[in-house]
Amino acid sequence: MPNMSLNKTKMPEQDPNVRNRNFFEVALGYTEEMAIEEAKRCLQCKTKPCIEGCPVNINIPGFIKLVAEGRFEEAYDLVRESNALPAICGRVCPQETQCEMFCVRAKKGEAVGIGRLERFVADWYLANRKPKDEKAESNGIKVAVIGSGPAGLTCAGELAKMGYDVTVFEAFHVPGGVLMYGIPEFRLPKALVQKEIDVLKRLGVEIKTNMVIGKVLSLDELFEEGFEAIFIGTGAGLPNFLGIPGENLNGVYSANEFLTRINLMKAYRFPECDTPVKVGKNVAVVGGGNVAMDAARSAKRLGAENVYIVYRRSEAEMPARVEEVHHAREEGIIFRFLTNPVRIIGTEDGWVKGMECIEMELGEPDSSGRRRPVPKEGSNFIIDVDTVIVAIGQSPNPLVTSTTRDLETNRWGGIVVDEKTGATSKPGVFAGGDAVTGAATVILAMGAGKKAAKSIDRYLKSKREQSQEQK
Amino acid sequence: MFKIVRKEVLNPSVKLMEIEAPYVARKAQPGQFIIFRINEEGERVPLTIADYDRDRGTVTIIFQEVGKTTKMLGSLNEGDEILDFVGPLGVPSHLEGYRKAAVIGGGLGTAIAYPQAKKLHELGAEVDSIIGFRNRELVILEKEMKAVSDNLYITTDDGSYGQKGFVTEVLKDLLDQGKQYDLVIAIGPLVMMKAVSELTKKYGIKTIVSMNPIMIDGTGMCGGCRVTVDGKIRFACVDGPDFDGHLVDFDEAIRRQSMYRKEERQALEEYECRLRGVQNA
Ligand SMILES: Cc1cc2nc3c(=O)[nH]c(=O)nc-3n(C[C@H](O)[C@H](O)[C@H](O)COP(=O)(O)OP(=O)(O)OC[C@H]3O[C@@H](n4cnc5c(N)ncnc54)[C@H](O)[C@@H]3O)c2cc1C
Ligand SMILES: Cc1cc2nc3c(=O)[nH]c(=O)nc-3n(C[C@H](O)[C@H](O)[C@H](O)COP(=O)(O)OP(=O)(O)OC[C@H]3O[C@@H](n4cnc5c(N)ncnc54)[C@H](O)[C@@H]3O)c2cc1C
Ligand code: SF4
Ligand code: SF4
Ligand code: FES
Repeated sequence: MPNMSLNKTKMPEQDPNVRNRNFFEVALGYTEEMAIEEAKRCLQCKTKPCIEGCPVNINIPGFIKLVAEGRFEEAYDLVRESNALPAICGRVCPQETQCEMFCVRAKKGEAVGIGRLERFVADWYLANRKPKDEKAESNGIKVAVIGSGPAGLTCAGELAKMGYDVTVFEAFHVPGGVLMYGIPEFRLPKALVQKEIDVLKRLGVEIKTNMVIGKVLSLDELFEEGFEAIFIGTGAGLPNFLGIPGENLNGVYSANEFLTRINLMKAYRFPECDTPVKVGKNVAVVGGGNVAMDAARSAKRLGAENVYIVYRRSEAEMPARVEEVHHAREEGIIFRFLTNPVRIIGTEDGWVKGMECIEMELGEPDSSGRRRPVPKEGSNFIIDVDTVIVAIGQSPNPLVTSTTRDLETNRWGGIVVDEKTGATSKPGVFAGGDAVTGAATVILAMGAGKKAAKSIDRYLKSKREQSQEQK
Repeated sequence: MFKIVRKEVLNPSVKLMEIEAPYVARKAQPGQFIIFRINEEGERVPLTIADYDRDRGTVTIIFQEVGKTTKMLGSLNEGDEILDFVGPLGVPSHLEGYRKAAVIGGGLGTAIAYPQAKKLHELGAEVDSIIGFRNRELVILEKEMKAVSDNLYITTDDGSYGQKGFVTEVLKDLLDQGKQYDLVIAIGPLVMMKAVSELTKKYGIKTIVSMNPIMIDGTGMCGGCRVTVDGKIRFACVDGPDFDGHLVDFDEAIRRQSMYRKEERQALEEYECRLRGVQNA
C-alpha cells in the first residue's frame, strides 16, 4: 500500500538557534524507518517522469522500490550505476527544479523526497559496508583529467570503469573542487566527500594533488608523457568583483576567499589550525545565489551579530535554492532585497566601516527574462558593516586556457566544446563542467564528465582502429 | 611529501632549504614562487624560488622566520619532509633585452632578487646590485650576489657593514653620477619598493617590483592577493608577482598586508608557548 501522505516524511534537523553557532550538518538524515516510509510514497509510475528531470538519469523508481523493501545495499548499487557521488548529490542537488519537479506526487502535495532517499542509501552504504575493490582490467591506455571537482571525478571514474589508466591532476592539496573549498561543512561534511572520493579511488583512479596544470605541465607535455586524451574540468574559480570604490579595503572578501579560508583551511578552528579569517560584528554579503547563502550562514556561525544579504532584485528572482533561503532565514540572516551597493566606506587606516547602497525597483525584463533592476534616484543610504563579502559569481579559471594557444574560448572565458561530445578545438582534449558553462551545478558538471568519458572512449577506440588499419 | 635535502643557516633569522620537488624544478623560472604547507593544520605560505637544479630535481627556498609557519619550517632538518609544495606559480620575470640593470634587494628581498640578478647576468646584461640590511649580522648572499654583479654595493642602517644608510641613497648617488640603467628591479619591504619607485619615476627608468600580498591558493581563485595596478585590480599570484613599480598602489598594499596582524601574533605566541612547554617538560 503506498503512503498517501501529501507531505514528505520529515527529516530531523538541528535547531536553528543551536546550529547557527556550529559547523555540524544542518539536516540529520533519515533513519531506516523514515526512509522506508518515504519510499512508500512513490507510486512507481510506468512513465517514470522523474528520471527525465535527473541529468544523469538515475533509475529513480527502481532504487526507491528497493528502499521500500529494505534492500538498501541493492538500492545503493543501482544508484551508483548512474551516479558516482550519490551522498553528495542527495544533499546539494537543486531537486526542486530537477527530478522532484517532474514527480507526479508534486501535482498534489509534495514530491517524493528523491534527494533525501538518495542521500539515505549512500549514507547507509558508507556507514555499513566497506567499499569494494572494483578495479577493472587495465587496457594500458593513459588518460589525464585536470581538476578534481565533480566533473573531473566523474569523468575519471567512468573511464576507470572502462579500463583506462586515469590520472587526475589537482591544483589544491586535496581533491574535490568546490565540494571541498566552497560548499560549507554544515551542508556537506568534508569527511563524507572524502569517503565518496575513496570509493572512486578503488576503481583505480590515481589523484595527484599540488599539480597546477598550465604551470607545472602544459597540455602538450601531458601528451608527450604518454597520455592519449585529456579532460579539462577546472571549474569556474575566478571571483568577480563589483568594481565599486572601496573594494580593496581590509574586511572585503570575495566569497571564494572567505569560504576557502573556512572550509579548506578550517579557519573556524583557528588557532588550532593556522589560517585565520576575520568576521566582524556586522557583515554584508552581496549577491543572491547559493554562494551568498553559504557565506552568510558561515559568517553567522563564526559569531557575527547581524548578517545581511544585499541583493539587487527581489526575492522571486533570487537564484539560490529555496531550501537554503529558508534555512538562512531560520538562522537569523537578514535579507535586504532591491538594494545595490555603490561604495564601500573605510576608516582612516583602511578598514571597512560601512557600505553605501541605493534602493532599486524592477523595470522591464532583460535578456535573462528576469525584470531588470533600476536604481531609485536619491535613495542612497548607508548600512553599518565592518565586513563585506562579494558573492556575485565566478568566471572560468583561466590558468589552462591562457597557457594553451590552440584551445578556443568564448567571451566569458568558457572553453568552447561540441555540445554532444564535449570535444574542444584541440584534438584529444575534452572539457566539461563549470569550465565550459560558467558557474552551474554539481550534477550538471557530473553529467558533462560522464558524457565526455563516453566520447573519450569512442575517440580512443577509433584512433586505435585507424592506426591498426595503417599497419 | 617533499623532502628537505639541504639546510643552511644564512643569518640568525634566515634559512635556506633545498627541497626535492622534481616537477617544480623542471619548469621553474626566475620570478616564480611556490606555496608550501607543513602539515594538515598548516597555512599555505608562498616563497620565491631562489634557485633550482633541474638535474637533481630540487628547488631552493630562502626564508625569513617571521611568524609561526616560517618558524616551524626553520625548525625542520635535512631528511624531514613537508606535506605540500606546489609550483611553479606566477609569471616568470621578463628579463630579455636589457643592457644595464640595477638590482636592489632590501633585507630578505635580496634572496628574491638574486635569481633575477643571476638571469640578467646570464643574458649578458651589466648588473649593478645594491643590497641593504639593518646590520652586519643580517647580511645574506653577499658572495652569490657578487658573482652575478658587475658592481655590488652593500648598505646597513647602522653602518656596521658597507655603507651606512638606505639602498635608495646609493641608487640616487649612482644616478646623479650619471649612471644609466634601462631597468631597475626593486625587491624588499613595501616601503622600500615604494621609495625606489618614487625615485626612479623622477629619472624615468622602468622599474619592476615584486609584490608579496597575503595569498591562499596562488591560482587566481580567491582574489585575496589583489593589488591595484594602474587603477585596476590585479591578482599578484597569476598576473604577478612582478609589476611596474610606477603603477602600483603601495599605500593600499601596505594596509592590506597588516590585515591579520593580531591573529598572526596570536598564532606565533601560542606556538612559542607550546615549544617552551615542551622544553620545560
Ligand atoms: C559556495 C558554493 C556553493 C554551491 N552550492 C551548490 C549547491 O548547493 N548545489 C549545486 O548543485 N551546486 C552548487 N554549487 C556549484 C557547484 O559546486 C559547481 O557547479 C561544481 O562544483 C562544478 O564542478 P566542476 O567539476 O566543473 O568544477 P570545480 O568543482 O570548480 O572543480 C574544479 C577543480 O579544478 C581544479 N583546478 C583548477 N585549475 C586547475 C589547474 N590549472 N590544474 C589543476 N587543477 C585545477 C580546482 O582546484 C578544482 O579543484 C556551489 C558552488 C559554490 C562556490
Ligand atoms: C609571491 C611571494 C613570495 C615570497 N617570497 C618569500 C621568500 O622568498 N622568502 C620569505 O622569507 N618570504 C617570502 N614571502 C613572504 C612570506 O610568504 C611570509 O613571510 C610568510 O607567509 C609568513 O608566514 P608566517 O606564518 O611565518 O608568518 P605570519 O605570522 O603569518 O605573518 C608574518 C608576516 O607575513 C605576512 N604574511 C602572512 N601570511 C602570508 C601569506 N600567506 N602570503 C604572504 N604574506 C603573508 C604577514 O602580512 C606578516 O607581515 C613571499 C610572499 C609572496 C606573496
Ligand atoms: S542526482 Fe540529483 S537530480 Fe538526479 S535523482 Fe539525485 S537528486 Fe535528483
Ligand atoms: S514520478 Fe514520483 S511517484 Fe512517480 S516514480 Fe518518480 S518518484 Fe515515484
Ligand atoms: S592567492 Fe588567491 S587569487 Fe591569488
